[in-house]
Amino acid sequence: MGYVAVTGGEQAIATSLDLIERKRVAGGLALDVDTILSCLPELVQQVESEGSLWAPEVAATAVKQACGSVEEAVFLMRAYRSTLERLYTSRVIDTDEMRVDRRISAAFKDIEGGQILGATRDYSHRLIEFELADETQASVRDRARELAERLADTAVPATPDALARVPRVLTYLRSIDMVRDWPVDDTEPVDITKTPLSFPAPRSVILQALSRGLTQAVIAIGYAAIRGFGLSHPTVGELRRGSVAVEIDAPGAVADAPAEDAYYLGSIPVTEVESLIVADEVDEQGEHRSALDVGYGLVVGTDESKAIAMSVLDHSLRADDVRFPTQDQEFVLYHIDGVEATGFISHLKLPHYVTFQSKLDSALRSVAEKGGEADA
Amino acid sequence: MRKNYNFAFLDEGSKREIRRAILKGVAIPGYQVPFASREMPIGRGWGTGGLQLTLSCIGPDDVLKVIDQGSDASVNAVSIRGLVHETTGVDTTTATQDATLIQSRHRIPERPLTRDQLLVLQVPTPEPLRTYEARETVTKRLHAEAEYTGAYLELFEQIVRYGTTTTGADHPVMVEGRYVMAPSPIPRYDNAKLNMAENLTLLGAGREKKIYAVPPYTHVESLAFDDYPFVTEEFEGASCHVCGATGVYLTQTVDPVTGEQVWQCSDTDFCAQHAAEQESEA
Repeated sequence: MGYVAVTGGEQAIATSLDLIERKRVAGGLALDVDTILSCLPELVQQVESEGSLWAPEVAATAVKQACGSVEEAVFLMRAYRSTLERLYTSRVIDTDEMRVDRRISAAFKDIEGGQILGATRDYSHRLIEFELADETQASVRDRARELAERLADTAVPATPDALARVPRVLTYLRSIDMVRDWPVDDTEPVDITKTPLSFPAPRSVILQALSRGLTQAVIAIGYAAIRGFGLSHPTVGELRRGSVAVEIDAPGAVADAPAEDAYYLGSIPVTEVESLIVADEVDEQGEHRSALDVGYGLVVGTDESKAIAMSVLDHSLRADDVRFPTQDQEFVLYHIDGVEATGFISHLKLPHYVTFQSKLDSALRSVAEKGGEADA
Repeated sequence: MRKNYNFAFLDEGSKREIRRAILKGVAIPGYQVPFASREMPIGRGWGTGGLQLTLSCIGPDDVLKVIDQGSDASVNAVSIRGLVHETTGVDTTTATQDATLIQSRHRIPERPLTRDQLLVLQVPTPEPLRTYEARETVTKRLHAEAEYTGAYLELFEQIVRYGTTTTGADHPVMVEGRYVMAPSPIPRYDNAKLNMAENLTLLGAGREKKIYAVPPYTHVESLAFDDYPFVTEEFEGASCHVCGATGVYLTQTVDPVTGEQVWQCSDTDFCAQHAAEQESEA
């Protein structure tokens, strides 16, 4: 199945597509979308987070079509997303109103509303449960029943609606004026899918780019920022996970239309982090004092590492200081998008016959001019 | 959940926005106009900039030709042509003279284009100063101030080090005496085709989110020094083993029958038409 650039490309592609489709169906088993949604919700959420489109069924279908490749599923989502008309901007979502199913603070032991460990693998032992290999539909149902009985006696709220709204951990620090906060800014954010990046980037651009960034890239660059290639070492003031309501104003509504008149579209699961970072503050007299900065992370879904790393990068990118690449907006924001990174890396597989011929010509010319001797 | 796609894939709002960027690019030849590049069904880096230009400009009566490395049959050209055809239903062709819109990667067709033809070039790296300066904020300022020392410095360093400029494809050009521009990775041989061309050339970089243009009858000059003039690739003594052409861009290939190193036109349509002419004359 050669695909020399001269002829045969069409046939080669058609056959290649047949081969990849055959790989998808060769096992003779079909995975239905409900099963993916039910069994692989975190994978679906990652695809939605990086795809920057909340659409569980579409994302699950993309996962299925991509045979589980996150890179490919995100790509499918993004391409689909760019054909959708952007008709509304939602009302400002106040995460104080989040229905929280988990919230912790690493900064304070006793917090108003309490620490809610919720569902987490943080304290699990990472041992493969080999029994899962033999799990059946019946055993899943038995296990669900058993867990429901066991959890009935605990404080875990039974339904999402019963989940409490809890006060923010940082409220206390704000009340004693210990944090250098951002003023509340409810102006309509720049939509980075409709406006090209320009620098210095407004904060709404930074937050969007990080939130829909390639999960592992956000985590890796965030890690670099706290390990040594940056100055941010945060304390997680609060990490909260839950769902928030998305509402839009009625078409033609006045600017300050009351919330009761808004349309409720649905709720999306999000994870929010407020990190505290010790910063040096210089007052008007030139005196230094230590202050606390807040780094903010908010991601769709439940990827807590991504949300924490985002809060680190939100802070480090404010430093407008290119000593460290983690503080360089161009370095981080240009390279954190998964579709762009994988697209350009993968384009190296395309034929470069013409350009390579040109490179070769230059190299040969240099050899001819200098007799193969290049100055160091 | 199923959804039919709009004519030419993009929604009309996106097309309008891209057309506005194109108009600005035409008004300021060689200037890189930022635009909100959309995610496309092909990979970023696989021609999404060119594709967005094509899809924003194409109408039902257009005749489309897509080439990659000069070839209509190259896999990526096939894929892009298929996508545009699928979402528009326009006619496609391989004959350069029959096309009203030509999307290309890495080549400008050998046959001179006319005023009725639009050439769209796919661009991986639109910033000609990028190897000299990594930061966009800085390169934007350099362009604004027409401060192109860096571009010349690079050529100068190549000459000092290697005795010749060693740019491969994408040798920078000066457009209408104002903007230094990356002509996309067309070979140096093709640079001259941009100068005072009859056709409009649009260049699109999807991943880097830039659109720029060379309008018809624009002066396009390859950067060089008086004592080290610009040189194109050399094919001295070589001719195409298929059609016998000389004075065209050739690439090296291995004859599948004899196993010999041979030269071949990279523009496959030119090669086929030239071979047919030779035959009818003989």
